[in-house]
Amino acid sequence: MSTQKDRAPVAAGSGLNDDIGEQKRLDLYRSQVRLREAEQRAFDLFLQNLVKGTSHLSLGQEAIASGFAEAMVKGDLSFCTYRGHAHTLARGVPVEKVLGELMQRDNGLMRGKGGSMHLTSEEHGVMGSYAIIGAHLPIACGAAWRAQYKGDKDVSVCFFGDGTTNIGAFHEALNFAAVWKLPVIFVCENNLYMEYTPIGDVTAVQHPAADRASAYGLERIVIDGNDADEVYRTAQKAYAKARAGEGPSLIEAMTYRHSGHSRADPAKYRPEGELEKWKERDPIKIYRERLKQFGVSDETIDAIHADVMKEVDDATEACKAAPNPPLDILTTDVYADGGWAWRN
Amino acid sequence: MAEITYRDAVARGIAQEMARDPDVVFLGEDVAKAGGVFKATVGLYEQFGPLRVRDTPISEQAILGAAMGAAMTGLKPIAEIMFSDFFAVCFDYIANEFPKSRYMSNGQTKCPLVVRTGNGAGSRFGAQHSQSVENWCMMIPGLKVVAPSTPLDVIGLLAAAVRDPDPVIFLEHKSLYATKGEVPDGEILDTLGTAKIVRPGKDCTIVALALMVSRALAAAETLKNEHGIDAEVIDVRSLVPLDTRTILASVAKTNRLFTVEENPRLCGWGAEIVSIVADEAFYDLDGPPVRITTPHIPLPAADLLEDIVLPTPERIVDTVRRSLGS
Ligand SMILES: Cc1ncc(C[n+]2csc(CCOP(=O)(O)OP(=O)(O)O)c2C)c(N)n1
Ligand SMILES: [Mg+2]
Repeated sequence: MSTQKDRAPVAAGSGLNDDIGEQKRLDLYRSQVRLREAEQRAFDLFLQNLVKGTSHLSLGQEAIASGFAEAMVKGDLSFCTYRGHAHTLARGVPVEKVLGELMQRDNGLMRGKGGSMHLTSEEHGVMGSYAIIGAHLPIACGAAWRAQYKGDKDVSVCFFGDGTTNIGAFHEALNFAAVWKLPVIFVCENNLYMEYTPIGDVTAVQHPAADRASAYGLERIVIDGNDADEVYRTAQKAYAKARAGEGPSLIEAMTYRHSGHSRADPAKYRPEGELEKWKERDPIKIYRERLKQFGVSDETIDAIHADVMKEVDDATEACKAAPNPPLDILTTDVYADGGWAWRN
Repeated sequence: MAEITYRDAVARGIAQEMARDPDVVFLGEDVAKAGGVFKATVGLYEQFGPLRVRDTPISEQAILGAAMGAAMTGLKPIAEIMFSDFFAVCFDYIANEFPKSRYMSNGQTKCPLVVRTGNGAGSRFGAQHSQSVENWCMMIPGLKVVAPSTPLDVIGLLAAAVRDPDPVIFLEHKSLYATKGEVPDGEILDTLGTAKIVRPGKDCTIVALALMVSRALAAAETLKNEHGIDAEVIDVRSLVPLDTRTILASVAKTNRLFTVEENPRLCGWGAEIVSIVADEAFYDLDGPPVRITTPHIPLPAADLLEDIVLPTPERIVDTVRRSLGS
């Protein structure tokens, strides 16, 4: 796997790069653990038949969501896919709100009107989760255009999978963003598969996003998406570039999903041993070791886990106790007047 | 007061709104420096500059997606899709994204934008550059759908569409661009969801849209002069919201209903109006409601063939006469 050429400098002697700082490292770890535990809980609830409809987990891909979210500032905007629980949580949306929506209860983020594939929390900068492949790339361009036009300093990021690089909207958005020099960041989470088909089987180039970058005059960037530090540093650079008015970035982050594509997909299409190999490179395992190398105590690490488990447990109980959505929201918010009237 | 073309009314309507509100921006293919392929946006680039009037690549998804992202975050974009037939390559935004984001997000996401497009037949362009696609849009909850028939309505309804907080599909009829009409000086602002009685009458109601309005009016003249039938003609103007009151009140008075639709037959907007009248005004009717439409075929290019398939004043006169038994 090729990586970015210009890594941050390594601290002399220690063999460790200390550019990120302890507080940010703890935040990065906490965030990843929180995404992991919340999604693991979502899976358990699914097995108990309490998560209805579909759900697409990011187990194993947490470093990307956490690395980016930790590089954002308030006001930055995230555009996600149906695989968007992790990105939504990473922006600080309470676990209860996300699990509530997955369980289609009245306490859910959209009171059950959107479902797991459309998590949206504008107050947290989560500008929607989009379930039509590629749709949100042009939309993120539009939000970035607004920032450019108004002189706002926020940056829009959109996350998508490797499979998304083969749909037209991807290419339209990249060209559009490059020509208009928009403050937008495109992040391809290459987890090697679309739904069930290996991306290599259906793509003309080895790196589905990065190998297309040159077509849009963009730098070719492939990073280790399971290393939150590498993601965070890459994100920081892309944000700085966008805020400086220097245009979009396209980043391909290599990763792997531990679970199936959605719901109870057993992912039988994966070759034997592949999952095990990638689990050795579990982003949370990697990061826990990193923290220890930096001298973070087991107690500190355990306390993070305990905090997270409390939030997840409390959220689970609250969701189980929450009522179903009331029928009177069926016809609200079709139009901006709050209602659904199409005639007089 | 001045007489201007429908085409110039488009530019005037956009200019009026851009001058009023700095959040109104405009994008599309060849719309800025070239002034649009139908020359309906000439002068806007010069007046409002390259930051507000922007040429895009041939990327219909990027155009509509960018309009949506801008609308969600505070702008009031007007996007042009050159021919309405091209909605088919960016229909995700029209069918899935604009109209559903507010509902799915439980009211969090706003989408105040206008998509302007050249709609309709008469240019001998054939089946992929001539369609009337208002029904494609009307069937989607969350959209508003407007189709003006005069320069005055172009300005007033466009202004209303830009100021409306919902996504509005604004269908300009290509065969009307060169037509002229009187418009007053100063700001013009109309109301979405209002139909207009453009010719009062007592013997039957003819409901029409866009290019079909002038044909219905011409038919009404002949019906009156040659057959003694006094037809009331209603310009629907706005399919969503739909002004059913004006239509129902007219049918209550005339007791007969005709719709004149340029779209192919199946699921045309007239079917919806007929169904509403059948449900709610059945006992006002003295005879079956009748739909006059383009037959259910792709549009041919040749002038002779195209002229035959679109509803004409003669066909309207004929149909009304036969139905009324005179
Ligand atoms: C336009 C469109 N085509 C197909 C689908 C069905 N679909 C949902 S997810 C998916 C796979 C996407 O793969 P990728 O972009 O790699 O994202 P991942 O699921 O791996 O995160 C497909 C084909 C869809 N939702 N939208
Ligand atoms: Mg994938």
